[in-house]
Amino acid sequence: MSTLTTNYLAPTGREEAWRFTPLARVGGLLDASTAIESVASLRITNAQPQIKLTVKSAEDLPAISKSDDLATIRAREVISEVTHIEVAANAQLTEPLIMERSGLSGKPQASRTLISCGVNSHSTIILNNTGDAILADEIEFDLAPGSNLTFISLQEWSAKAVHLGRQHAVISKDATFNSIVITVGGSLVRLLPTVEYSGPGSSADLQGLYFATDGQHLEHRLHVNHNVPNAKSRVNYKGALAGDKAHTVWIGDVYIRANAEGTDTYELNRNLLLSDGARADSVPNLEIETGEIVGAGHASTTGRFDDEQLFYLSSRGISAEIARRLVIRGFFAEIVGKIKNEEIENRLMDRIDSELDKVEA
Amino acid sequence: MSTLDIKGLQVSVATEAGFTEILRGVDLTIKSGETHAIMGPNGSGKSTLAYSIAGHPKYTITGGTVTLDGADVLAMSVDQRARAGLFLAMQYPVEVPGVSVTNFLRTAATAIRGEAPKVRTWVGEVKEAMKALNMDTNFAERNVNEGFSGGEKKRHEILQLELLKPKFAILDETDSGLDVDALRIVSEGVNRVKGNSDLGIMLITHYTRILRYIKPDFVHVFAAGKIVEEGGPELADKLEEKGYAEYTTA
Ligand SMILES: Nc1ncnc2c1ncn2[C@@H]1O[C@H](COP(=O)(O)OP(=O)(O)OP(=O)(O)O)[C@@H](O)[C@H]1O
Ligand SMILES: [Mg+2]
Repeated sequence: MSTLTTNYLAPTGREEAWRFTPLARVGGLLDASTAIESVASLRITNAQPQIKLTVKSAEDLPAISKSDDLATIRAREVISEVTHIEVAANAQLTEPLIMERSGLSGKPQASRTLISCGVNSHSTIILNNTGDAILADEIEFDLAPGSNLTFISLQEWSAKAVHLGRQHAVISKDATFNSIVITVGGSLVRLLPTVEYSGPGSSADLQGLYFATDGQHLEHRLHVNHNVPNAKSRVNYKGALAGDKAHTVWIGDVYIRANAEGTDTYELNRNLLLSDGARADSVPNLEIETGEIVGAGHASTTGRFDDEQLFYLSSRGISAEIARRLVIRGFFAEIVGKIKNEEIENRLMDRIDSELDKVEA
Repeated sequence: MSTLDIKGLQVSVATEAGFTEILRGVDLTIKSGETHAIMGPNGSGKSTLAYSIAGHPKYTITGGTVTLDGADVLAMSVDQRARAGLFLAMQYPVEVPGVSVTNFLRTAATAIRGEAPKVRTWVGEVKEAMKALNMDTNFAERNVNEGFSGGEKKRHEILQLELLKPKFAILDETDSGLDVDALRIVSEGVNRVKGNSDLGIMLITHYTRILRYIKPDFVHVFAAGKIVEEGGPELADKLEEKGYAEYTTA
């Protein structure tokens, strides 16, 4: 349960990091007077011998990274137990490990997880978030040299869920972190997929998909800290919006520090507005402190599914409803195809279709 | 045997200054198997006629009728018109990012035919049609019209014509932007469809070049929003020689 607050100050909404977020809707997670329960909320559905899950006390398993995110600071204060997932060194997983997080209380809760990938291990972990939640969540990834992790998180929360989350990877020499963040559910979801490096030859590929409909606020704030030489990063997030007051925020901060010679980075955010009344904020930001790099670039586009496209498809006999589906499925296919799990891909496309149906109805 | 009947068609577009009348009473009847060439100066309203028949929302019908075998085309939605058998090859085909040509063609064929084409025969059908139009098969994996050259877009329009097999096709300057070889290939495509299906054609063009491949039964001169003269193929030659001066000076 909640512990005494020592150094916590709630955001006012004027901070750069919180200016887009509807603070009235965060369910008390940022309020020092709210009682927040510590939960170890992840459950493995297909246990595998090379992966171990243990729940440890927070003192025994401190965070491996610093964070100035107020939701994370607040969560760390109240957390008593931490879930530790360890992928054995040299493990070569052929099947993804599937984790569920469902049946949360719907009252303010906080959760912290550390995923440690052993030297030269190769694994895929999928996390399905469903049901109700008012959750401040932190997942850290500790990638040992030569390891390769694909982490797929699906935010398929219920319509009233609140999720403030951080997913931070520390990638060491020759390790590769692939992240796929899929956010379609929830009332307010604010995620921070962030990356730092601890050795050269390391690489991060951060992909994301979000689809906001009526009244949803879906926010993704990426941060890639190129703090070592010869590391690589790719960011590609795609979002669609439909319906009144759907709001998405995408922030892409990439820093190339003075010592990060040989950096190779590119970040991209594309948004598709399917109806009026929706709003997509997209802010790429690239700061470069050294000129000795392989490449650095960013792009952000926000486009409409316009009347001309609809007319063209309709003029070939395709109904407006199917035309819209065709366009949005096509738009998302690039990201969905990376999941490489047919069941999840189909479920996701069905969910996207049914969200569209709701908007059209 | 089908008939596309346009009677007294009047069409306006909304502009900042209010409604501007563009079509001022168009009368034209096209029967299956007939090819009608429409020639006229820039801005005379040829594309407006084509779009109005297809149902583009930008245009407001203020008078007249369009019927297909007696059915009221103007009362149909855009997709209903296509399913009723109308096809418009556009002067400026639209790019649809994210939607692959394969997926688009299959979805359109499913809509028009009322059932999904059998996978096995369909793939062959598409490949064959692309080959006949000298289109590289890698176009199938590209997004609809995205990054296509002007000529490639026009071929893609005729590819759809071949696969969707409408009753009537309106070809709006399909010949513009085609090199000599492409013009022949595209024209052969149109003739192939016509030979197989008794297609009725409204062919909008500025040049007699394409009429050497696709022989018109009738030529209509279009000026200031209506048809001002009708004749046979010889009228096209006269227009090429003398221009439109006699139709446009008041
Ligand atoms: N949205 C619009 N607002 C104002 N004027 C318009 C609009 N759309 C069309 N027009 C006008 O209607 C007239 C007819 O245009 P249309 O495109 O039908 O001509 P066209 O005969 O096809 O010409 P071209 O040979 O150049 O293709 C033009 O003067 C054009 O500027
Ligand atoms: Mg025109």
